[in-house]
Amino acid sequence: MAARASRLSRFNVASLTLGLAFLYLPILILVIYSFNASRLVTVWGGWSLRWYHEFFNDRAMIDAAWMSLRVGATSATVATVLGTLAAVALSRGQGFRGRLLFSGMLYAPLVMPEVITGLSLLLLFVALEVERGFWTVTIAHTTLTMCFVAVVVQSRLVSLDRSLEEAAMDLGCDPFRAFAMVTLPLIAPAVIAGWMLAFTLSLDDLVIASFTTGPGSATLPIRIYSEVRLGVKPEINAICTLVIGLIAVVIVIASLASKLSSDRGESAAPL
Amino acid sequence: MSARRIFSRPARFAAIAPYVWMVLFFLVPFAFVLKISLSQTAIAQPPYTPLFSLAEGWSSLSDAFAALSLDNFRLLLSDDLYLASYLRSVVVALTSTAILLLIGYPIAYGMARLPRRWQGIAMMLVIVPFWTSFLIRIYAWVNILQHDGLLNQILLALHLVSKPVVWLSTDSAMYVGIVYSYLPFMILPLFATLTKLEPALEEAAADLGATPREIFWLVTFPLSLPGVGAGALLCFIPIVGEFVIPDLLAGSKSLMIGQTLWLEFFTNKDWPVASSIAVVLLAVLLLPLLLYDRLQRRQLEESR
Repeated sequence: MAARASRLSRFNVASLTLGLAFLYLPILILVIYSFNASRLVTVWGGWSLRWYHEFFNDRAMIDAAWMSLRVGATSATVATVLGTLAAVALSRGQGFRGRLLFSGMLYAPLVMPEVITGLSLLLLFVALEVERGFWTVTIAHTTLTMCFVAVVVQSRLVSLDRSLEEAAMDLGCDPFRAFAMVTLPLIAPAVIAGWMLAFTLSLDDLVIASFTTGPGSATLPIRIYSEVRLGVKPEINAICTLVIGLIAVVIVIASLASKLSSDRGESAAPL
Repeated sequence: MSARRIFSRPARFAAIAPYVWMVLFFLVPFAFVLKISLSQTAIAQPPYTPLFSLAEGWSSLSDAFAALSLDNFRLLLSDDLYLASYLRSVVVALTSTAILLLIGYPIAYGMARLPRRWQGIAMMLVIVPFWTSFLIRIYAWVNILQHDGLLNQILLALHLVSKPVVWLSTDSAMYVGIVYSYLPFMILPLFATLTKLEPALEEAAADLGATPREIFWLVTFPLSLPGVGAGALLCFIPIVGEFVIPDLLAGSKSLMIGQTLWLEFFTNKDWPVASSIAVVLLAVLLLPLLLYDRLQRRQLEESR
């Protein structure tokens, strides 16, 4: 351990410190200014919750936040089911027909520019003449986020010791039971992390939602974006702080869940 | 071995639902983009002339083929605005990727050299900002870079400048935003590669008399090239199509292609031109996309 620690040069420490400061300072500043009593960013008017009051009295903003939460929860749940199935197929199903196309379709959306994904889905919805709103945004977000879930779960499945599943089947479990009793509990942390990631990605998305939503059903990022284009408003800082707080809670739950189940996994392993 | 094969068959059935979903909502929509990029603009709702509808039977299909037009693509070629947009997008993406590599590599390298129990925490610290909203992080920079924002206040207080500098609506603001948003995408693949390197290799080089600099450039860096490739592609491809960052932080003098597409679609309501922009953008990105797909697949097969 000491030998490893001593490999850290002063240059390493400096780049780590500066890098983390670069990543965190802007967010910290945003949060601090959300508590500023003054409307002007230049003036510090003392601590205040004024902008949070403003947000909770802003009907349109609250509606948008509610819409985003519903879209996020629904799409994350569907995406987790589909993404986990995809991950199982990719890591356990050997050489089925169309596997190459399948994995390509799952990896491409991870980097595909959102304007392309959004536009193409909108054109599909228009051609099918469906009414745009909650469901179209939810389908669009599911399509994007299930790919992230698939990658997260697949990397866990790949590193899993497969002799555990095989032992279960040798002892008489059918494959479905072996999956439900052995594999699923072991990959649970990755599945939970996948859900959380899908939820936050959906909560975050502006571009795809702008293309696929209909009149009267704006999501939170769409509302925030139209406000930000007009300039900095302390109320937006307050909303952003609330979103950051929510995501922080989600992250804490996710890491606790993964810690709990990894503890359980370790104690179960000697059996 | 036999158990493995038994497991494989139901695992293949697991592919059915996600497969159908992705074909329906990822692959098929591209066919619509292609189709509409070949149709004519019309002032109607939806604003394009339908090429064909299956309801009219297959006989309408031949008429439809006769009506296919490459007018939109001709327009893209004839108007400098579009070419300039594509060019700017690629240049911005290349420049940003280079900056990201220069900043991200030392951070990932530092992380890989941390004691093992600290590595998990460091990785968490890099991932967390990626979970915080993209839009919020860009907005945070609007706060800092605006005319009376924090950066100008600090610069004025330190007497480094005599009057506020214009940061917002400049290319530098856009680059700051891009680097800030994409940094985790660069660090994580680099860190994954660097942390897997065998320390014995570096020690052997040191034993044979190499200086730390030689060790880095002759051993560590060449071995980390797969991570460099993955990080670069993971940043380059989405940056080419980026919309939010240039829209909020850069000026409106020259647009990136994502902004042009957005403008044609939402402001000019010209769906066929927006679609052809998307088709050409996809063609530009095809090679990096294929490279990325191959890298991603190889990485997952290797760790198996």
